Amino acid sequence: MTTETNAEVGADAASARPMDLLRFATAGSVDDGKSTLIGRLLYDTRSLFSDQLAAVEAVSAARGDEYTNLALLTDGLRAEREQGITIDVAYRYFATPRRKFIIADTPGHIQYTRNMVTGASTADLALILVDARKGLVEQSRRHAFLCSLLRVPHLVLCVNKMDLVDWSREVYEKIADEFTAFAAKLDAPDLTVVPVSALHGDNIVSRSEKMPWYEGPSLLHHLERVHIASDRNLVDVRFPVQYVIRPQSTTVTDYRGYAGQVASGVLKPDDEVMVLPSGFTSRIAAVETADGPVPEAFPPMSVTVRLTDEIDISRGDMICRPNNAPAIAQDIEAMVCWMDETRPLQLGGRYVIKHTTRSGRAIVRGLHYRLDINSLHRDESAGELKLNEIGRVRFRTMVPLLVDEYRRNRTTGGFVVIDETTNRTVGAGMIVEAG
Amino acid sequence: MTTTAAYQVSHLDALEAESIFVLREVVAEMERPVLLFSGGKDSIVMLWLAQKAFAPANIPFPVMHVDTGHNFPEVLEYRDRRVAELGLQLVVASVPEALASGLVRESADGMRNRIQTPVLLAAVEQHRFDALFGGARRDEEKARAKERVFSFRDEFGQWDPKNQRPELWSLYNGRHQPGESIRAFPLSNWTELDVWHYIARERIEAPSIYYAHEREVIERDGMLYAVNEFLRPRAGEERFKARVRYRTVGDASCTAAVRSDADTVAKVIEEVAATRITERGATRGDDRVSEAAMEDRKREGYF
Repeated sequence: MTTETNAEVGADAASARPMDLLRFATAGSVDDGKSTLIGRLLYDTRSLFSDQLAAVEAVSAARGDEYTNLALLTDGLRAEREQGITIDVAYRYFATPRRKFIIADTPGHIQYTRNMVTGASTADLALILVDARKGLVEQSRRHAFLCSLLRVPHLVLCVNKMDLVDWSREVYEKIADEFTAFAAKLDAPDLTVVPVSALHGDNIVSRSEKMPWYEGPSLLHHLERVHIASDRNLVDVRFPVQYVIRPQSTTVTDYRGYAGQVASGVLKPDDEVMVLPSGFTSRIAAVETADGPVPEAFPPMSVTVRLTDEIDISRGDMICRPNNAPAIAQDIEAMVCWMDETRPLQLGGRYVIKHTTRSGRAIVRGLHYRLDINSLHRDESAGELKLNEIGRVRFRTMVPLLVDEYRRNRTTGGFVVIDETTNRTVGAGMIVEAG
Repeated sequence: MTTTAAYQVSHLDALEAESIFVLREVVAEMERPVLLFSGGKDSIVMLWLAQKAFAPANIPFPVMHVDTGHNFPEVLEYRDRRVAELGLQLVVASVPEALASGLVRESADGMRNRIQTPVLLAAVEQHRFDALFGGARRDEEKARAKERVFSFRDEFGQWDPKNQRPELWSLYNGRHQPGESIRAFPLSNWTELDVWHYIARERIEAPSIYYAHEREVIERDGMLYAVNEFLRPRAGEERFKARVRYRTVGDASCTAAVRSDADTVAKVIEEVAATRITERGATRGDDRVSEAAMEDRKREGYF
């Protein structure tokens, strides 16, 4: 439309404090009130639309539900509504003036560990729900373990249905203490516990008057303000080359740029860099975007890097610093979550690993143990990993991978396992050590 | 080290970076990608991002329009102008041609949404495309809320929602056999409001029908439809003038307008931020068929 109007909007947007983005995963079953909690967050932030609500109300009434079943909002697939269960991760969106939120809503059923792992892989924060009347159950511990395995930086435990325990401080504190002790064993980085009633909205958007003894923030207040900027690794420069831009044009000649998304660290013009696996060194000539050169690039920016020297670089290579480089490894030790229902991971099994922008064949050379995620017991006699099982695995890869430990770098430390015969993604790996 | 506070990006920058990553990933890993371009706001933004992802080189793939024959002239004009500006190859998968050749038959209600699918699939097969960029967003509809960024389709173009590939971190699995394909959705995590904020920030031109204008309409099933050569008033339906705009742009016979005074980007943003009805609920006759209308169409190969 008119450029004047656009200019006005642009100016407004520039003067306002920019919103940032927080991704969080929710875990818990329908019985814990998870759908009610999500429905409440969407509703109270005006992100739930009247036609969505009307559709859910109509379906609830037709099924004879006694109350509007907010689970129907997230259970979008026919099979889910028919069976009354959540099958797959659903993504939901809401925003406040401070932040945009992406919820990965994962099913709580035991057979769907793979969905929880999927949702947690990109999450800044995980929200675990428990029913105040039941306290911690096996499932809550399992969820907490998976969050720590996936290195989700922030954990929130919502003790829900506080209205059904008379807003009891004792009940809340017992659960909070027990969970805090358990989380300490897991090496969970940052834990917040909030007593809530999702049904009545207590401590969801604002502090509840029913629980004056609770001095912490409401759930939304915490989600809006939890500090996530320093979760990113700004120290280790890792730039996996995704695509080489070489215009075939008469106006732009001799241009060679390496496009990718910064995995970690900060890249600036004139920085000395090393390219792996070749080991050649050069300097950054420019860091560019379509809008022009930028003074520096950091995660999660997608940029194009140009170097001062003409060296042979292609997709799958990694730009790093000469004195801070990932390991170049063909023997990879990793915690693996198996995700295939048809065929288990087996010793000697051949797969394809996709790691950053690099893929290659791999063989399973060792299965050290299978982990019981309820007791954390290690079963060293295990000969395979079935669907939703987790174990420590040793891979030998055909091409060297450029890796860091997952606990140091979620991007250069994570990989997926693909079955070459079915092309399905059958496992997720988190690198423990490489050598 | 500098303080971390300086190294923050806005939510629009984060979404843009993610979309550009997805666009580059598809081009790097797939043989013959194509971008579905309807002239609708989502495909406009997607094309804009494609331009950014490969600059200063040209966009390295063609665009395809599934043409139902029921078009808004303003949108067709926009499509052709944009394609010419960027020097792109345009593939038109034409429903009228498919009707003439007998590939598909007109449905009883005259809506062409469902018969688009075989036409799309035939074009994909003819051009041997193995990756289709679509502008679908997960916030649009609940079946879409569960779709992957890289969505696998079998050799019949079908989506199997119960059998999707797990998608972790930003590791997308695009492997497939000949004949199978991937639908890639770079805007998966954008909302309608994000799209409009981005259109404002980047000063992207959108077809005029997205902004408030006078139009002759009829009211049908509680929605306002433009009277044109594809949609005539039925008995008892009165035509009248109203100030409207379109929130979505689809087939002109089943896309409704909403009453609106929003004639600038800023006013559209204000309106979208305040609205209490989803864009598909407000404007799409085709989604009203059943609770699972979208899922059923997607299973058959719809985008």
